[in-house]
Amino acid sequence: MDTRNFTYMFYGFAAAWLIVVIYVVTLVLRERRLSQEMQRLRDMLSERRRT
Amino acid sequence: MREKLMYVLLAGSGALLVWNLSRMLLYLPDEAAQGAIYRIIFFHVPGAFTFSLAVFSALVSSVLYLITRRLPYDTFAASATEIGLAFGAVNLVTGMIWARIIWGIWWAWDPRLTSMLISWLMYAGYLMLRRAIDEPTQRARNAAVLNIFTFPGVIITYKAIDWWRTQHPGPVLSFRSGGGRMDPAMEATLYWNFLALLLLAAALLMVRMRQETTRRELDALRREAHAL
Repeated sequence: MDTRNFTYMFYGFAAAWLIVVIYVVTLVLRERRLSQEMQRLRDMLSERRRT
Repeated sequence: MREKLMYVLLAGSGALLVWNLSRMLLYLPDEAAQGAIYRIIFFHVPGAFTFSLAVFSALVSSVLYLITRRLPYDTFAASATEIGLAFGAVNLVTGMIWARIIWGIWWAWDPRLTSMLISWLMYAGYLMLRRAIDEPTQRARNAAVLNIFTFPGVIITYKAIDWWRTQHPGPVLSFRSGGGRMDPAMEATLYWNFLALLLLAAALLMVRMRQETTRRELDALRREAHAL
């Protein structure tokens, strides 16, 4: 019981961290996608204004 | 300035988490009845507190949006709800792992667990609703109304252990039970870990709000591109 108890405690801690890490990775990927989209739109707009 | 504050919050949270982990694993003894597994409470309860605080601030922000119609309130509500959901997931998953050892099952359809799951799903629905509406003011108005109607679920979750006889343990923290149900050193560590998660949530909130503002700028640029 004690070993299993300790193992599951580790799973609990790991799960808590994993959820936070997955969320942070999602935020980072979204940040990257948004800045790429922003750059693409700005380039497109400046090109349209020139023509 | 904002960037600096975000790094300060992250550093404070990191330092506290390291300190708290050392307390949990090296200083505090196993609990007499549960053994080592009780330590899950140090993430389970602070996860629930952070979730509740985040969605409460989203509720206030939604009400303020409906009164003032200022979009920054909507930005805050959306960001706080999303971060609350992440910490709500921490609460649900760690609770299931604890239940597997203590109850012998991963899940029970008990009022506390069920109301928490329903609240979590409704806030997930709030974020899905936001994705489904393109027009910013219509999105903000509908989302604010849904956010307000979702919050009572959080109150029901909080009070479930008082209102019903649940499989979930009753109140153990001294501010609810009147004291004597949890060792003060364990309770103090739990509050310190809540502070650590709160600082982390505040840092993530700053990042998430900046993204929401960028998304709004993108919407404006898209409209301009269509007009040209």
